[in-house]
Amino acid sequence: MTGAAAWAPALLLLAGAAGAALPGSTAAAAGGAAVVRIPAGDFAPLFGLDKGQESFPVASFWLDRRPVTRALYAAFTAAHPEWRHDAVNGLYADAQYLKNWDGDRPHAGQEDYPVTYVSWFAATAYCRAQGGRLPSTLEWEYVAAASRTQPDATGDRAFVAGILDWYARPSRGDLGLAPVGGDPNFFGIENLHGSVWEWTSDFNSSFITADNRADGDRSRDFFCGNGVTGAARRDDYAAFIRYAMRSSLGATFTLGNVGFRCAYDRAPAAYERGTS
Amino acid sequence: MQHRSLTKILARSLALVIWMLATTAGAEESLPVEKAIVTAPPNVPPPITRTTPARVVVELEVIEKPGMIADGVEYTFWTFGGTVPGGFIRVRVGDTVELHLANHPDNKLPHNIDLHAVTGPGGGAASTFTAPGHKSRFTFKALNPGLYIYHCATAPVGMHVANGMYGLIYVQSEKPLPPVDHEFYVVQGDFYTDQPFGVKGHQAFSMQRAIDEHPSYVVFNGSALSMVGDQALQAKVGDRIRIFVGNGGPNLVSSFHVIGEIFDTVYFEGGQKTQNDVQTTLIPAGGSAIVEFKLDTNGTYLLVDHSLLRTFNKGALAMLKAEGEQVAAIYSGKELDEMYLGDEAVASALRKKHPTPLAAKTAGAGAPDGRTLFANNCAMCHQAEGQGLEGVFPPLAKADYLMARATADDRSELVDIILNGKTGRITVNGNDYNAVMTPVSGLSDADIAAVLNFVTTSWGNTGARPFTTEEVAQGRAKIGSKAGAATP
Repeated sequence: MTGAAAWAPALLLLAGAAGAALPGSTAAAAGGAAVVRIPAGDFAPLFGLDKGQESFPVASFWLDRRPVTRALYAAFTAAHPEWRHDAVNGLYADAQYLKNWDGDRPHAGQEDYPVTYVSWFAATAYCRAQGGRLPSTLEWEYVAAASRTQPDATGDRAFVAGILDWYARPSRGDLGLAPVGGDPNFFGIENLHGSVWEWTSDFNSSFITADNRADGDRSRDFFCGNGVTGAARRDDYAAFIRYAMRSSLGATFTLGNVGFRCAYDRAPAAYERGTS
Repeated sequence: MQHRSLTKILARSLALVIWMLATTAGAEESLPVEKAIVTAPPNVPPPITRTTPARVVVELEVIEKPGMIADGVEYTFWTFGGTVPGGFIRVRVGDTVELHLANHPDNKLPHNIDLHAVTGPGGGAASTFTAPGHKSRFTFKALNPGLYIYHCATAPVGMHVANGMYGLIYVQSEKPLPPVDHEFYVVQGDFYTDQPFGVKGHQAFSMQRAIDEHPSYVVFNGSALSMVGDQALQAKVGDRIRIFVGNGGPNLVSSFHVIGEIFDTVYFEGGQKTQNDVQTTLIPAGGSAIVEFKLDTNGTYLLVDHSLLRTFNKGALAMLKAEGEQVAAIYSGKELDEMYLGDEAVASALRKKHPTPLAAKTAGAGAPDGRTLFANNCAMCHQAEGQGLEGVFPPLAKADYLMARATADDRSELVDIILNGKTGRITVNGNDYNAVMTPVSGLSDADIAAVLNFVTTSWGNTGARPFTTEEVAQGRAKIGSKAGAATP
């Protein structure tokens, strides 16, 4: 974030959204909308800035308020049987795909848990089926930098420490999960921290720029000294951990602690449907 | 012509390269394959007795799990194999090491391993970068003998190391180290928690303390409790000891020292050169040393970081117990313990010339003042607040030894101790004392009653009936004072 001034239009947009959400509007429905409009802004991610560059502009987009649940994913596999656990193409998901389900259905009581053991390909297909896409890493980090009260809390030590404490504890598979839902952050988005890791569209590109010729001198290795060269904030361990986690993944990987949510370039049908 | 010979040379070179590749591949294939014995601390795998290279398969599993960093203090460690430090790996120089790294599916984070014994970029880090629920493998040739740290190198590397992700790999040289009776595995590490040392309950990692390099814990083998009490390293008098010592860091340098021992040999920095007769050896973060010594006499030897505040306030203490006889020719134990009065000698001499208690005079009033009597006669050894000096002078404050006798029916033993002194081994509040208390002369029965009343009602001591002059007189009569009756 470049400063308070950069935030004024974003806040106005948010206020506008709230103003439009008067009686009858889904955005003001109890529990909030399933999809939330994220205002445009500027953001300095941990990686990717060029020398002298302070931030990237982020265009306005729409984002699922919560991670995709197993119930929602089950509706998707019912409609798209090629993504059923026993039909999925091995090129698009590894052998553990949906391994924590009871056949075609989530285990009873876990319907509202975030879906896990899904590959990047599967997550991408799901979002496409909703008329959306996976958020980019920049978009995800932009929204996840917000605490409850601050649009960019990356400099708030208590906020970062709270995230870091969650990262420090083992996941323990489904034992470490709960139904989605929690405190909304500044943007009204929930569960960005404290539930599951989330796929992004460019999860494995943290060291690749648009111009491949510029990559010659950059190391993709996220280790030791290499990890800090080019980092915007060397004391943002929480962000380091997220970038390292994404870098460790392959697009076919399915893990017990990786889920996703979808982003949309324009107001999706889901927005009109209201709450999830 | 020239062109033809060049072609010929090229053809020959190609043939040579193919032959070399074939023989190299053949040699690799023909290596005997063995699975490495990987041991949890403080144990070390047995020495390798083979004299030719092998292909050694090493399997490590990363496990994130809570453990006790100190008494009642829980911390979530990230580990190689479930322990801090991770498993000890032993190979032989020239071996081809096939390293398998598994990242447990319950883990939250990706991990990898950088072994300092590896020649090659990253020490294996990039080749072993592994998501939770995945495993990876890479192979390296152990070119250099020595003792090497391995550690996780995933960003933020300092946090992965600060959470316990390190261990030792020993590449045995062609000429093995001489046999010893015990080999132990000890690695120091610094830890950074939100709360200071000793605050109970689950403690979170503090990024700021880590960046500031202000650890709240500095411990051996992942816990202040790892090698103390029942967990102490065990050996016998006469045993030769070798300790493979590492320093995982991430930040501090260790001044490794064993209290009561001199290292006969130190392979400093874990290399091939040795130094003899070393008191303290410096172990850098991400470095090691091999220390050897013989246990010449019995007792408990303390492994410490001689940056001593880390030992006394942050947990850097481990114990090595040598069972067996005391070898008096090497270490006598205490041969003498007697009063040294220093400047008090003059006052003491005066007191003997004037048997009337000084305190009674200075107190002014007729009744003796127990506090002043204590200050003048007892506090030199038992200390001003009755706290004693651990291992030297027993405490009186909250002392089980004193209060058991002060609440007994027959309390003449306390009168006996004051009048005749005390010699021999006693246990007070669980600590042994074996010193000589000299008789306290010149006290009247009233003085003794006053000083006993003072010590049994001060510093938290409670529960004793008041002592009277009569009771002390009866006690004196009963024991038959060797010190003689005081002048009334």
